[in-house]
Parts: sequence; structure tokens; C-alpha cells
Amino acid sequence: MTETLTIKAAYDVGAIRREFPALNRDVKGKPLVYFDNAATTQKPQVVIDALVNYYSHYNANIHRGIHTLAEEATAAFEATRDAVKDFINAPSREEIIFTSGCTEGINLVAQTWGRANLKAGDEVIVSNMEHHSNIVPWYLICQEKGAVLKVIPIDENGELLMERFDELLTEKTRLVSVVHVSNALGTINPVKTIVEKAHKAGAVVLLDGAQSTVHLDVDVQDLDTDFFVFSSHKVYGPTGVGVLYGKKHLLEEMPPYQGGGEMIKDVAFDKITYNDLPYKFEAGTPNIADTIALKAAIEFTKEIGKEAIRRHENDLLSYATEGLLQIPGLRIIGTAKNKISVISFVIDKVHPQDLGILLDNRGVAVRTGHHCAQPLMDCYRIPGTTRASFAMYNTKEEVDSLLAGLQKAVKLLV
Amino acid sequence: MQEKTTIEEIEQEIVEEFSLFDSWDDKYEYIIDLGKKLPLLEDRYKVDENKVRGCQSTVWLGAEFRDGKVFFKADSDAVIVKGLISMLIRVLSGQTPDAIIAAKLDFINQIGMTSHLAQTRSNGLLAMVKQMKNYALAYKVKEAAEKN
Repeated sequence: MTETLTIKAAYDVGAIRREFPALNRDVKGKPLVYFDNAATTQKPQVVIDALVNYYSHYNANIHRGIHTLAEEATAAFEATRDAVKDFINAPSREEIIFTSGCTEGINLVAQTWGRANLKAGDEVIVSNMEHHSNIVPWYLICQEKGAVLKVIPIDENGELLMERFDELLTEKTRLVSVVHVSNALGTINPVKTIVEKAHKAGAVVLLDGAQSTVHLDVDVQDLDTDFFVFSSHKVYGPTGVGVLYGKKHLLEEMPPYQGGGEMIKDVAFDKITYNDLPYKFEAGTPNIADTIALKAAIEFTKEIGKEAIRRHENDLLSYATEGLLQIPGLRIIGTAKNKISVISFVIDKVHPQDLGILLDNRGVAVRTGHHCAQPLMDCYRIPGTTRASFAMYNTKEEVDSLLAGLQKAVKLLV
Repeated sequence: MQEKTTIEEIEQEIVEEFSLFDSWDDKYEYIIDLGKKLPLLEDRYKVDENKVRGCQSTVWLGAEFRDGKVFFKADSDAVIVKGLISMLIRVLSGQTPDAIIAAKLDFINQIGMTSHLAQTRSNGLLAMVKQMKNYALAYKVKEAAEKN
């Protein structure tokens, strides 16, 4: 007990907030309350500095230059690969592929692994709570190959029906691609069990870590997942960078994704030799600046500690959940036992968009709509929700602003 | 009464009404009130061909052409959008096709509601304005064809 209290006291949210310049601003004359963290997080000063520093001092194209700037840029770029490897505990740096984001990572696997391995009659399994990014790439490749896309249903709490997953898994299943943590519900899925079961059935697994990586300790070796994707901008890093982790033997067997510079060893018109991992999948000049700055975001998070952050965010989640349930007509969508700090809700006779506009008018930023998960919304028979998602820098006072804003909005709208 | 008033005059009227509000809360309260008061669209209008789809809210828009003027009816599932629609209808309904096509709708900017017409809002309002102008254009073309 005493220990917990000490840790809580040590979590200085005021000091953390001071590291995020954007949190200082006003919106519509009120201090910004930023609760749209599941869409993208704000950036700490160290990340902004890393970007400015790169462009101010060692902007150069990487890997093939022999001058000093190119060497410095290459070293910084590759240092992020090492930092990412540690961040998700990948066995080797060759298994870390930089992409533009989760979406590209999933498309890469669908278009390379999928194209090489799927044939007519094969089955791919996704879940009912997937982001469109983890549906459409599989839909496209399944259509092209004549493969079948199957869907794990969910229950009313927003948890996967695992017994139905067992039934869907057959000798025809080639790949299972599920979200680690749901963006619209906050549900933490039992991905380790999913991986185990899928492997037993002979299928490979891709985990969409878009929402999980910022909150949970991700260990791809412990999960034993074949592929894992996440986006930099959701872990306090810059936009435009993502990571695809893949097991080496799979990445080696996969054909290249895009062709161009960087991904080749030798080019003649009759024969092209591809570069080694990870460069085989990184055609063209990559997003150097943003990739370099991602390392600053990872280090920043590590310094504060994911466990401490999680405790803080869970406190906010409980506090907000309690407060929200006091609002008449409010129903929380996504009541799984294991949740990260995302609350989606609907209010009787209130359109989420109206709520979003009125909350913005009070400086409170939330997300409204279907959260790019239309099949999930259809499942709940709602057009959309209002979603508040918390990050390391949010406070209970901000939750109070949300609650006050909601009370007022409901009074106006109903 | 509306038939005698130009688009610019009605816009000016709305701008003056809004100048009475000193806070955003009051502005929104007024718009929500307008939204609640906007007569519901009869179901026969709520068909797919009248749907102006936004990412978040839906707008239905119907139009009629009588005596050289275009009359609009509209509805939305979101009340603030409905309030804004109600103002657009007040301005544009009962006007001639030429006046509707030429309308700049500056009042939206002057009452501080420009962001609702921005792409990011994805609320179908921008698409609705385009659709209103398309109706006006279509009626104009039809009228010209009939005259010939």
C-alpha cells in the first residue's frame, strides 16, 4: 500500500504536461482538454527537438553517402531501429521494417505474404472489432485470390467470442489478423491465446498494435506473433512512420513490396538481386526525420515508465467511467473486463456529432463517429459513438471538464 | 414575404440576429433551437437519392421548382447540422435558380460558423450547399430547354 502511494506521488503529471507544448494552448477561449489520444497523441518537446535538430544540423540522405552528414543521419536512423527492437523486444533488428504506419504494414503483409501464400478456398480470419485498415487489405487480397474472409464475432461487452474463433479455425485457415486493443472499445484481446491456437492450426498471425503499443508492454517474442504493426504517431512520435515486425524466416520468404532504390543489391535489366532484410522492404528514401524522432518518443515513454503511465491512465479510466455513468441516458459501448483507457459512449436522443461540436466549443477534444470500424458499429446497431481516450498527460480536472461539458450539452440537446 | 427579399438581405438579417449573442454557447443554443424547430421531412423525401452523406451525420435534401423559384426541404439526424440547414433554407429557399447559383453565403463566415462548412467536419453540410446549387442549375437548364 505504502509503495503504491509512493509511486503515485512520484507520477508528476504537471511536469509531464510541461513537456508537451501543444497542451498549453487554448481552444475557443478555454484551456485545451485533449482526449483524442487514440487518434493521435501530442508530441513531447524532445520529439519536436529531434526533428528540428535533424533538419538544422545533419539533414542528408541515408545509407549510401560517405560524407559526414550522411553518416550521422544513417546512424541516427538505424539507432531508431535498435530502439524499436528493444521497445517491442524483437529478436533482431533485421525484423524491424519501417513503414508509413500501421495501414501500410498490414497492406505490405497482405500484398507480399498474402499474394505468395493465399490461394482459392484458403481462409483468413479477422474479428468484428477491426479497424477498416485491418479489414480492407484482407478483403482485397482474398477477392483477388478467391480466398474467404471469416470474422470472429463479439459479445455485448465487446469481447471476442473465443469459442467461435475455435470453430472458425480450420485446416483451411492461413492467416489470423486481429487487433491487439480495440480503438473503438478499448478491449484488450487475448492475443497470446489467439496466437497459440492459430499456430496449432498451422496459421500465421498478424497483430494490429496501433492502440496497444502506447499502453501495454509489447513483447513480440512472448506473444510469439508472426507479424506485429504499430504507428509512431500513436506512441508520442511523429506522424508518417510505422513499424512492421515480422519473423525473419517469413520476411525472407516474402517477395518484395515496392521496387526502387534501397531495396536492391544489383540491378540489370534481366536480373535483379534484392537487398537483405530489413532493407528489402524499404524502397526509396524513407521518412528519415520522423523515424529519427521516433526514438526520442520511445525514450521519453521509457523514462516515465509504461507501468506508471498505465496506472495513471487506469485511474483516469475508472474516474471517468464513474462520472459518465451519472449522466442520464448514457451507455458505455465496450465494457470488457480488460480495457485500456478508452471510453466510447452513446447518449439517448443525442447525435455524437452534436456532442463533439459542443464539447469542442468548451475546448474539449473528443472523437465522434464510427472510428473507422463500421462493422463494429453495425454490430451494436449504432451509427457511431463519442470517444474519450486518455494519455499520460491527462488529468482528473480535465475529466471534470468533459463531464461538465457533457452535462451542459445534454441539457441543450435533449 | 421571403419572395420579396434577396439572398443578401436575408443573410444580413441573420448576421444581425447573431450579433446579439455574446457567447458561443448562446449561438449554439440558438442554432440547436432552430434545428429542433425545423419541420421534419416527410418520409417520402428520406430516400437514398435525396441523401447527402457525410462521414458522421446524414442530410436529406428535397427540392421543388414552382413559378421560377426553387423551394428546399431538408433534414438531418444531427441537430446542430439541422439548425445550420434551417438557416440555409431560410436564405436560399424561394429564390430563383440564378440567385442561388450566385449566392456566396458569406453570412456563415460572418456568424463564425465557417468551420462547419470545412472538409474536416464531414457532416454533409458542404455537400448539401453544393447539392442545392446543383438543383438550381438543373432547374435553370430545364427551364431554358422548355422555353426553347
